[in-house]
Amino acid sequence: MSPAGPLLEASGLVKHFPVWRGLMGRSTAVVRAVDSISFTIQAGTTLGLVGESGCGKTTTSKMVLGLERPTAGTIRFEGADVATLEGAARRRYRQSVQAVFQDPYASLDPRMRVGTIIAEPLVINERRGAAERRRRVQELLDLVALPARSADLYPHEFSGGQRQRIAIARALALCPRLVVLDEPVSALDVSIRAQILNLLRDIQKRLGVAYLFIAHDLAAVAHMSHTIAVMYLGKIVESGAAAEVALAPQHPYTRALFAAALPIDLDRPREEITLAGEVPSPLAPPDGCRFHPRCPQAMSRCATEEPRLQVVGGRLVACHLFD
Amino acid sequence: MIPAPPASAPVIEVRDLRTHLVTRWGAIKAVDGVSFSVAEGETLGLVGESGSGKSMTCLSLVRLTPRPASRIVGGSVLLDGDELTTRTEAEMQRIRGRKIAMILQDPMSSLNPVFSVGMQVREPLTMYHGLRGATLTERATALLASVRIPSPAARLRAFPYQLSGGMRQRVVGAMAIAAPPRLLIADEPTTSLDLTIQAQYLSLLEELQDRHRLAMIFITHNLGIVSRICDRVAVMYAGRIVESGPVRRIFTAPAHPYTQALLESIPRLGTRIDHLTAIEGQPPDLARLPSGCSFAPRCARVMDRCRVEAPPEFAAGPGQVSRCWLWAPAGG
Repeated sequence: MSPAGPLLEASGLVKHFPVWRGLMGRSTAVVRAVDSISFTIQAGTTLGLVGESGCGKTTTSKMVLGLERPTAGTIRFEGADVATLEGAARRRYRQSVQAVFQDPYASLDPRMRVGTIIAEPLVINERRGAAERRRRVQELLDLVALPARSADLYPHEFSGGQRQRIAIARALALCPRLVVLDEPVSALDVSIRAQILNLLRDIQKRLGVAYLFIAHDLAAVAHMSHTIAVMYLGKIVESGAAAEVALAPQHPYTRALFAAALPIDLDRPREEITLAGEVPSPLAPPDGCRFHPRCPQAMSRCATEEPRLQVVGGRLVACHLFD
Repeated sequence: MIPAPPASAPVIEVRDLRTHLVTRWGAIKAVDGVSFSVAEGETLGLVGESGSGKSMTCLSLVRLTPRPASRIVGGSVLLDGDELTTRTEAEMQRIRGRKIAMILQDPMSSLNPVFSVGMQVREPLTMYHGLRGATLTERATALLASVRIPSPAARLRAFPYQLSGGMRQRVVGAMAIAAPPRLLIADEPTTSLDLTIQAQYLSLLEELQDRHRLAMIFITHNLGIVSRICDRVAVMYAGRIVESGPVRRIFTAPAHPYTQALLESIPRLGTRIDHLTAIEGQPPDLARLPSGCSFAPRCARVMDRCRVEAPPEFAAGPGQVSRCWLWAPAGG
């Protein structure tokens, strides 16, 4: 374990899903959900992962959570290759990486009391007495600003925002180093989102936990993240410091994406980029640059030659425009 | 009171509309005295959280609110000066789609999965214009082309499951403008679409509106979309319009504390702040609304009067009204 290195380092991460057809179960094609991506997450910081549906964000987060095994590439957590971890070390990794999902109506068991829900990870992973567990549940409820009596209630007695607080408390029960936040506010009412975003940032400051933040709302990602990685069809097309990527995007796709994000400031000059066409199928991604069929600035070489990530103005961009 | 009387006669004029839901928790005032109007070529954004009454308001216009629980208990809806609330069901059936069309959030539930796109696009053309044969196919193809579906003639034979979400929503758009209608109600039409596809669809809606001079009501909770395509905005909270006015006024000089708080609570690109200004408390429970102003329990500027007496509409600027005691004229 190297304290100076990144908390999590993914390199050359690939996930292909075979498509099975027919009774004989032959694999006829592969979905290239994630195709060789690399990123790092520093302790106590947030990496925002953005991109449209099907770009591989959720597959990436599943590999980080250990729910999917990468086809190729490695994930190193605190310096150790996650794939080689066994026994107690593997359990410790799983405890260190937790998740909060989009829909708090689906992620909380309606028949369990909130106290039991939050204590469940403790029951499974730690040999603590009942009194000590109750004390820890109270601590966690306090951390997410829910009243102490919530422990005795059921999820249906809470609103969406409060339920998401319960899900956050459960994710924090085992003192994880990294929490995957997959669209944590999209299912919530607009007036509640700011409460949850503020809570997540407060918790990060107090506990030094790192986040992998996945969301469609680009302004929310920019607000929450220290670094942002933009994905398109299984590839990272641009990554760098959040403020730079959000305010001065370089890759044509990132620029179109942030232009489509519709800022609410009426007087901020708005770049009008409307992309033609739709995201191609990851079963047969285009040759060369995967974005070239929709790119307003495509050149002939984009159709044949895949651009590599290169340093452009302090961040990484994969585009031939900057060669 | 109608905010900002538009220059031309309004296509749709809603006055003091009240729709109640009868539930085992008692009567819920889902729409509680809503008034607005939309002129030709104009877009009204109806903004609010889930349960604020946006969709119920629009369903009340075409009388498609859930039966038997709901009841339109008062108010009037004028379409080009014609009262709709007293029409018979058969008469309403001729108005729906032909005069007032809707685009809903999920295109897969608006399209029938077992019929081809062609059958579904031809249906309104036959009903409204009595077309058949080659003319019908020609018009259906033209209709798909007008919503910019590539190779429209071939797409007529496709089934909904063979199209992407964006394409499906375009087909729904094509059916909606088949008449063309006078009023188009778009209820969160882009919520299920990806960002770049959403941008395409918003441009398309604007183009269709321009071509047919449609009056449009755009329901959304996304203020970015409102700032992009709406002319006027009505903000709903707990069944009432708490503020309405021209889009620029609403974004630059919001008058109601709820609108102000909503705008402040949204993260913005480019302004790096540590803390968002969150709105305290929880969304209102319509079965247990407080007396007085519904927003009072969460309002940062609440006064004693707010907890007792519901505020009427007050003028808050050019074409802008606010249901808030802060705007009561001095000495009133």
